[in-house]
This record gives sequence, C-alpha cells and structure tokens, in this order.
Amino acid sequence: MGGETKYHPYVKPNRYKKNDPAPRVVPPVGTTVVAQFKSPEGDVCGPPLNLPADVTPEQLALLLNNLLENEDPLPYSFLVDDTEIKTDLHLDIIHGLNRSTEDQITILYRPQAIFRVRAVTRCSASLTGHTEAILSVCFSPDGTQLATGSGDTTVRIWDLTTETPQFTLEGHKNWVQIVAWSPDCEILASGSMDNTIRLWNPKTGKAMGEPLRAHSQVITSIAWEPMHANASCNRFASASRDGTVRIWDATLRKVLLTLAGHTAPVMSVKWGGEGLIYSGSRDKTIKVWDAITGKLVRTLEGHAHWVNHLTLSTDFILRTGPHDHTGKRFATKEEAHAAALARYAAATHDGARKERLASCSDDFTIFLWEPSTGKKSLTRMTGHQQPVTHLSFSPDGATLASASFDKSVKLWDGLSGTFLTTLRGHVGAVFQVCWSSDSRQVLSGSRDSTLKTWDVKNRKLRHELPGHADEVYSVDWSPAGDRVASGGKDRVLKIWRH
Amino acid sequence: MPQGDYIDESIKKHGRRLDHEERKRKKEAREVHSRSAHAQKLHGLKAKLYNKKRHNEKIQMKKTIKMHEERNNKHKSDDQPVQEGAVPTYLLDRENQSRAKVLSNMIKQKRKEKAGKWSVPLPKVKGMDEAEVFKVLKTGKRKTKQWKRVVTKATFVGEGFTRKPPKYERFVRPMALRYKKAHVTHPELGATFCLPILGVKKNPSSPMYTQLGVITKGTIIEVNVSELGLVTQSGKVVWGKYAQVTNNPENDGCINAVLLV
Repeated sequence: MGGETKYHPYVKPNRYKKNDPAPRVVPPVGTTVVAQFKSPEGDVCGPPLNLPADVTPEQLALLLNNLLENEDPLPYSFLVDDTEIKTDLHLDIIHGLNRSTEDQITILYRPQAIFRVRAVTRCSASLTGHTEAILSVCFSPDGTQLATGSGDTTVRIWDLTTETPQFTLEGHKNWVQIVAWSPDCEILASGSMDNTIRLWNPKTGKAMGEPLRAHSQVITSIAWEPMHANASCNRFASASRDGTVRIWDATLRKVLLTLAGHTAPVMSVKWGGEGLIYSGSRDKTIKVWDAITGKLVRTLEGHAHWVNHLTLSTDFILRTGPHDHTGKRFATKEEAHAAALARYAAATHDGARKERLASCSDDFTIFLWEPSTGKKSLTRMTGHQQPVTHLSFSPDGATLASASFDKSVKLWDGLSGTFLTTLRGHVGAVFQVCWSSDSRQVLSGSRDSTLKTWDVKNRKLRHELPGHADEVYSVDWSPAGDRVASGGKDRVLKIWRH
Repeated sequence: MPQGDYIDESIKKHGRRLDHEERKRKKEAREVHSRSAHAQKLHGLKAKLYNKKRHNEKIQMKKTIKMHEERNNKHKSDDQPVQEGAVPTYLLDRENQSRAKVLSNMIKQKRKEKAGKWSVPLPKVKGMDEAEVFKVLKTGKRKTKQWKRVVTKATFVGEGFTRKPPKYERFVRPMALRYKKAHVTHPELGATFCLPILGVKKNPSSPMYTQLGVITKGTIIEVNVSELGLVTQSGKVVWGKYAQVTNNPENDGCINAVLLV
C-alpha cells in the first residue's frame, strides 16, 4: 500500500465569522437584586432583601443564619426554580436562567447535613466465604455490624473493625433472599426461598429458636417496626410471594396478623412512622394497612405493571432510629426510645411534614403518594425507558434516586417529584441505589460489575469503583457513613472506604 | 308420629337386630361389586349418564384423598437440593435475559495476539493463491500493460480511505465487494448481531491479503461489540473483539462470523 498521499480539501475561509464576545458573567458594579427567602415548607422568611447580584451561597448562608437566629451556623443550599446557586447568584440564576434583575427572586433554602460523609474511593477488603451469589447486604442501624444473605443458604455476619468473617449462620434450606436488622441491633431476621424466616442473635451468631413458618412461598421483604413507635422492637412485617404480608412478634415467635388482599406476589413491604404498613405487589397495587388492627386503610392504584419497590421519605430516620452521625451509644432502651422519638419529631417537624411514599414499577414510571391523606397520587414521574427496580429517598427526604434497567440513575425532587437529572455512566442495568447519610452522594450498583458514586450537587460522576468480577446485586452505605459494602454474583463481599 | 313409620317405631321400641352392624359392613364391602355389575349391565344413554356421574364422583374422591394426604406429605422444598444461580428477589420470575460473560480471558487474548495464533473455530482453511484472489486489469491505451490487479474477494476498506492516483494504484478494491458490517454470532449466547467491522486482523492465506483487507473464509476480523455491553474486569467497556469469518463472503454477499471468546 505504501505511503498514502493526503488530499486536503479546500476550505473556504469564512470572512463573515464574528468574534463572539465571551459570555458576560460579571455583573456591572453595583447591580442589586430583590430576593426573598423561602423555606422548603413554603413559609416566607424575613422581608425581601436587596442583595448584590454577585452574592455567593456562602454569603447567603451567613445572611440566612442571622435571619433565622440560629445559634450555631447551619449549612444551606439555595435554589431558584429548582436550579441550585453554585457559584454566585448572577452567574447561575440571572445569567443561567435569563432572569431579569428587576424581578423579585424567590430563593428556596434547604438545610443540609452538618456533617460530611467522605467519598468512598478504594476497596479496603474483598471478603470471600460465600459459595454462591450474595443476594442481600445490610448494615446494622448503628453502622457497627454487617450481615449478608447468600444463595449458598447461609447468612454471614462480618466483623467491621478487622474486616474479617465473624459468624456463619447456617439453618436455611434455600437461598437467603433478605436480611434485616431490628432497630435496636439485637436481632437479625433473614427470609429465605424455603418459605421460612429465621431470627439470629448477632452477638453470639446463634439461631434464636426454630424457623418461623407461615408463609407458603418465598419471603421477599422484611420490615421492622421503627424504634420511635415501639421501644421493645419486637415486631416486624414480612412480605412473601404467596401474596400475604404477615406481622410477627419476635419474642412470642408467632404471627400476630395476616394481611391478605394482594392477588399476586408482594415484592416490598415498609413499616411507616405513622403507624401504617405499606405493601407493593405484582398485582399493580399498593395497599396501606393499619399496623395495630391490620385493617386495610386504602389501596393505591395507578401503576400499570408490577410494583417493584417502595421507599419512604422517612426511610433513613426509621432505619437508624436513635443512632445519628455522632455515634452515641445508649445505656437503656428508654433512653434510646426517647432519642428515636426526638429524631423522628425533628425530621417530620413534629408531624407537620407528612410521610411520602414512592413506588417504582415495571411500567417504567414512579409514583409519589401521600398515603396518610388520600389515595390520589401526588405525581407520576416518567422518563425511564426500562423497568425501574429500585428507589431510594435521600436521608433528608428532599431528593429521590431511582435505578432502572435502562442503565441510568435518575434524580427527582422528593417534595414535588419534578425531574432533576439523569446520571449516565453505567453500561449495564442498574440494580440498586443508596445514599450517603449526609444526602450529598448517591451510590449505584449495576449489572456491569461496577459501583459508581455520584455527586448530587454537581450531578456528576464522583468515583467509579470497579473490582467485582460479575453483576452487583446489592449495595449498602453504612448509616455511620464510613463504609460501603457490596455483594453480587461473583460471591465476594467488597468493603469500600475513603 | 305418622302412620307409615312402623319400621322406625319398631327400631325405637325393640332396637336393631343384633348383627345389624355386621350386615351393614358386609353390604357396604360388597357395594363395589354390585356397582360394577350394575355398570356392566347398563348400555346406551343410561350407561353414558351413569359413567359421567361415576367419573365425577371419582374425581371428588381423589381430591379428598389428596387433601388428607397433604398432612403427612413431605414437602418438596425440604429435600430438594438447592439450585445453582441464585438471583435476588427483584430478578425472580423475570425473563432470563441472556447476557455476555465477563471477559476474564482478556489477558489470554492479548498473549495470543502477540504470538499471532488463535484457537479458532475454523482451524484450517483452504489457501487462496494470487491467481484466485486477483484478476489482471489490462491498462494503457492499447491495453498492453498488465501490472494492475483487481481484488475479486470481499474486502474491508477503512473509513476515510482515498484511492491513490491511477498511476500508483496497483490493487483496486471494487466498491461492490466492500463491506462495513458483519453478522457476528456470540457462541455462548447463541445470538447473532450485526456489528460494524473495525479491521482485518489476519487473513491466513497471506500477509498481503491482511494488509489489503481481503476477507475470505477463516479470516480473523475485528468487530465493534460496544452495543453488546461487554465489560472487562476493571469496569471498562470492551469495544473491539475478534471474530472469525465462517462463510465465503464473495459467494454469499454477506459476512458471517463467530466471536472469539
């Protein structure tokens, strides 16, 4: 072939090309904007203020802390029409959204977590032991223990300080589909394909009695009663493919109530903070039950295909109970109960902010409900192009992340349900998403064998965490924030840290 | 008490005969025989009706027996061996989407690449001599010059290729035999995809054919597999993989190939 001769086509020089001036981002000196602060609940805060146009978020936070008379300055994020002010007001809003400086601008402020979770960047341990795929990974509510359920019929508890195996809990006769910690970390419940639930003592690694038999099919989901509602933490609900939800007493070891009504497998059950139990089923409905009497409160209809997963805006508070970022330990149950009550009250503004439920489905949509007030959905969120399998509310309840088979993670506003952004990067179906406890990062695990962390503020990929040899089935971010655990088809449990 | 009930009355007064239970048991035990005799005697419509009735009775009987047996049945799940291939609940009952294995043999492939040898589906192919692949193109005003060759086999010509000026162009690759895509079969998935060709890696007949991009049976081509979504160990997307041509493209008008995994 020899050396190739290059032919350069003649390009006509463009004589009329204008020298586009660089976009003006610096406002003229002395430009001011009239702005009004507004809380997420919609309450107006303070009088309209005359602010310089190039005011930064830090300056706004300083101002707002003074206005609200906070004793300790709190971090805030500021939004105008769902656009966050990142660098300064002029660049992001007036220039970015083409807003006039003459109009009054309403700035929505959102309190942010006062602590920061450091991004996970490396794999600190690859723990082998399971001889089949890991199906469920779960940190204890206080973030000190980790349990995994696997297809090799065992549950394993791992020692987090040394990152080594601690106990192997044998007893199930088939794949262990789900593991769930009681809010006081005293009991670990596991549900299996052999239709039984087993309770384990995580301190000794021994089974607590015989398996609990009542369901006639696979256990798909387990939800414990939140700590603030019941200090003794002895009740939990289990959902099964046989279409029933059962409420159990862990100390009496018997079924208290059977919630029958679904006509197809129940895929997800959640125990809400307002004394309601939510169950989502493949019969396309979500049913709301009273946790005390077991009566059907209402049926939420709207989905056109299987309901895959439910999540509550208060999920994180209900899961962690009394444990916050400080890692405080409680001597007695009463103390812990009081702390859980206080945390729940703070998160719901003493019941002023109602619990919101989000459900995802095979019909590619997500619905947002307020089940305590009515059976009409707040919004229907469309945009995914494949079944949506997992959902997660941010710990502050302000954002919703959804994972779909269309290889994307989408972020939605947790209050209104408006679309925020799509996080693309995975090359396989995304199976699960979870949040860091400060609501600043999202973690996603995918069929393409990688985990990815995403920055919520910049809406960008933060870190890519390759290492698994096969599909990642389950991920969990420790409520304490220091670790991420992931397990999947390659039978290796990986722990990721900063 | 009504007048005609003298039997009841007698039983109440004097009781039954002493062997009543015994006779009853025996009569019941004989019942199958009498039934059978009855059934055999019947014919015509009556037999049809009777058999239908009896059939329904038997179904009911079997159902009750089964219900009773349920109690002492050993349940299936108790002694069934645990299945392989555990999947989480959200993947249960979903169609088993076939999907490519993670490419753990990436390193192997690289090593082979260096050695220039692959263990391929078609290990031996017929060699192609130049007389078969090239046709002499006579040039010059009197068609006396015979230094130009036309490739008579399918070829792959890279994007952005510009033909040389006629004076320097010794090999002509006709437009009609140029291919951009190949039908590539993934042997493990058993699925075929139409994938863009990236290049010709090796034509076993001659290195010159490789350079010219001649595609014959047994040629190793590189195809773009990015749409299959294969991922390496380190999480990178694989986009180029090798495939071996399994048909004679010049005869068939298309390129069929098998992916080398």
